[in-house]
Amino acid sequence: MQNRMKQKTRRRSREALSLLLIALPGILYLLINNYGPMLGIFIAFKNFSYAKGIWGSPWCGLDNFKFLFITDDAWIITRNTLLYNLAFIVIGTCISLVFAILLSELGECLRGKLFQSALLFPHLLSWVVVAYLVYALLNASNGFINNSVFPALGIEPFDWYAAPSAWPVILVLVYLWKNAGYNAIVYMASIAGIDKEIFEAAKIDGASKMKQIFAITLPMLRPTITIMTLMSIGRIFYSDFGLFYQTPMDSGTLFKVTQTIDTYVYRGLMEQGDVGMSSAAGVYQSMVGFVLVMAANYIVRKKDPDNALF
Amino acid sequence: MKPMTDEKKFQLCATIFLGVICAAAVFPIILLVIASVTDENELIISGYTLIPKKLSLDAYAYMKNQFGTIGRSYLVTIGTTVVGTLLSVLLTTSIAYPMARKSFRGRNVLSFFVYFTMLFNGGIVPQYIMWTTIFHVRNTYAALIFPNLLMQAFNIMLVRNYYSNSIPESLLEAAQLDGAAELQIFSRVVFPLSVPVVATICLFTGLTYWNSWTNALYYVTDPKYFGIQNLLMRIMRNIEYLRTGASEMAAEGQAVTLPGNSIRMALAFIGILPILIIYPMAQKYFIKGVVVGAVKG
Repeated sequence: MQNRMKQKTRRRSREALSLLLIALPGILYLLINNYGPMLGIFIAFKNFSYAKGIWGSPWCGLDNFKFLFITDDAWIITRNTLLYNLAFIVIGTCISLVFAILLSELGECLRGKLFQSALLFPHLLSWVVVAYLVYALLNASNGFINNSVFPALGIEPFDWYAAPSAWPVILVLVYLWKNAGYNAIVYMASIAGIDKEIFEAAKIDGASKMKQIFAITLPMLRPTITIMTLMSIGRIFYSDFGLFYQTPMDSGTLFKVTQTIDTYVYRGLMEQGDVGMSSAAGVYQSMVGFVLVMAANYIVRKKDPDNALF
Repeated sequence: MKPMTDEKKFQLCATIFLGVICAAAVFPIILLVIASVTDENELIISGYTLIPKKLSLDAYAYMKNQFGTIGRSYLVTIGTTVVGTLLSVLLTTSIAYPMARKSFRGRNVLSFFVYFTMLFNGGIVPQYIMWTTIFHVRNTYAALIFPNLLMQAFNIMLVRNYYSNSIPESLLEAAQLDGAAELQIFSRVVFPLSVPVVATICLFTGLTYWNSWTNALYYVTDPKYFGIQNLLMRIMRNIEYLRTGASEMAAEGQAVTLPGNSIRMALAFIGILPILIIYPMAQKYFIKGVVVGAVKG
C-alpha cells in the first residue's frame, strides 16, 4: 500500500516536471519580455545615459519625478488620458449598446450580418491605415470635407491639422468608428443569452418594443455593462498609442489636446532622448494603473466572482 | 393596407438607422479605394471625391515600377506575420496546457505568473533599453517579431479555458494509462482537438503582426526592415521616399511625375487588401474569440 502511494507520488512529480518543461519556452518569454522591464523600473530613479549603461548610470533618487511634476506636461497628459478615456467609456458604451440591441433585433437575416460586418471591419485596420483614411477626409488641400462637403454648405475650407479645438471631437469619433462595432459583439452575446420566453410573455402583455428594451434587455445587461465598464476604468490610465500618435499625424500644434501619457513617454524616449522624464512618466502610469486595475478587479470580484480576473 | 405591427416598425427603423451608420463607417474606405484610381491632376484640382471626373491607374503602374521597395516591405510583413504567428501559437498553447491540467500542482502559481502580466507592466522605457542594450535587436528581423507581440496573456487564458472546458480530463487520464508521456498527450491528443481555438489565436495574432508598426518605430531605422505599415508611415510623412528609384527612370527618358496623392491611397489599399480577402471567412472565428475572451477572461 505504502509502496503504491510512493509510486503515485513519484509519477505525479515526474508528470509535474514534464508539464513544467512544456511550459518552459512560454515562461522564459514572459520572464524576459514582461518581467524584465518590471525589474527595469529602477531606471526611473537613475540619471540614465546610454554611454554608462543600465548599471553604470548614477542614482538620482526622485529627481526625474520632481522634474516631471514641476512641468505642465504632467498635468496635461494626465488630464488628456483621463478625459478621453472617460468619453470613450461613457459614449462608447452607449453607442455599442445601441448597435448591439438593434443588431440583435435584426437577427440572423442577411442585412443584419452585413451591418455587423461593416461595423466590425474598422477594428481590423491598423492605425497607420486609419491615419490615411482620416487624412483623406480632413487634409487641408484636397481632403473630402474641405473640397466636397464645405463648398456645398458654403463654408470656408478649414485647416484641421492646425486646429486643436476640433480634435477632441475627431478623436472620439475615430475611436467610436474603430471600436464601437467590436464592443457591441460582447453585448450581443449577452443579449443572445437572455431567455426568449421573457420577451414572449412581455409581448402577450402588450409591451411595445421600446418598453421591452428598457424593461427587459437593459436590466438584464446590467451585470455585463458593469463589468465591462469596471474593466475599462481599470485601464483608464492607459491610452491607445496608435489613436493619439497616428491619427493627428504627429502635428505639434495639436499636442495640447492629443498628447497622452503613452505618446509623451514615446516622444520623451525616442524624439527628445530624455530617458529620465520619459521613464518617470512610464512608472507613474504603471503604478497608478496597477492600483486602478486592482481596485476595479476587487469590485468585480465582489459583484460577480466568475468574471474577476483572479 | 394593414397597419404595420410594432415589431415590423421597429425593424424598419433599425434597418434605416444602422444602414446610415454603416454607410458612414464604410465611406472612408470606399473614398480611399476611389482616390487610388483617380487621376493625379484631378486629385489636386478637386480633391478626393466619390465620383472623380477622370480615372487613372497611374498609381498602380507606378507601384509596379517601384516593386523593389514596395515588394520588399510586403515580403517583410508576410514573413514576420507567418513566423510570429507560428511561434505565438506554439508558445501560447504549450504554456496554456499545464495551466489547464487539474492534476498539475503548480497550476495556480503558473496562472498567477501569466495573469500578473495583465495587471502590471514595467512600461516602454525599460523594455526599450532592455531589448536594445541587452538583446541588441536594433535593425534586425527579430525586432519585428519578439518585443511585446509574441504572446498575450489574453490569448493564453483563451486557450486555457478552452482546454479546461472542452477537453475532458478522462481522455487525458486514458492516454496517461496507455503510457503516453505528457509531451505526447499534448501534441497528439490535446493540440489536434483544439483546432477552433488555435484558429482564433492565429487570427488574432496574425492580424496583430500584419498591422504592427510600433516595433519598427522603436527598434528599426534601416528601411530595409520596414514592413508595409512602416513604409506607409514613412510615405505619409515623406512621399519623396519613393522617388529614390525615379531618377533611374528619368535616365531612361520616362516622365518623373510622381502621383503622390493617389499612390499613397493605392499603397494603403494593398495594405488592407489581405484583410479584406480573409475577413468574410474569418469573421466567425473572430467574433467567437471576442465573445469567449470577454465573457470568461
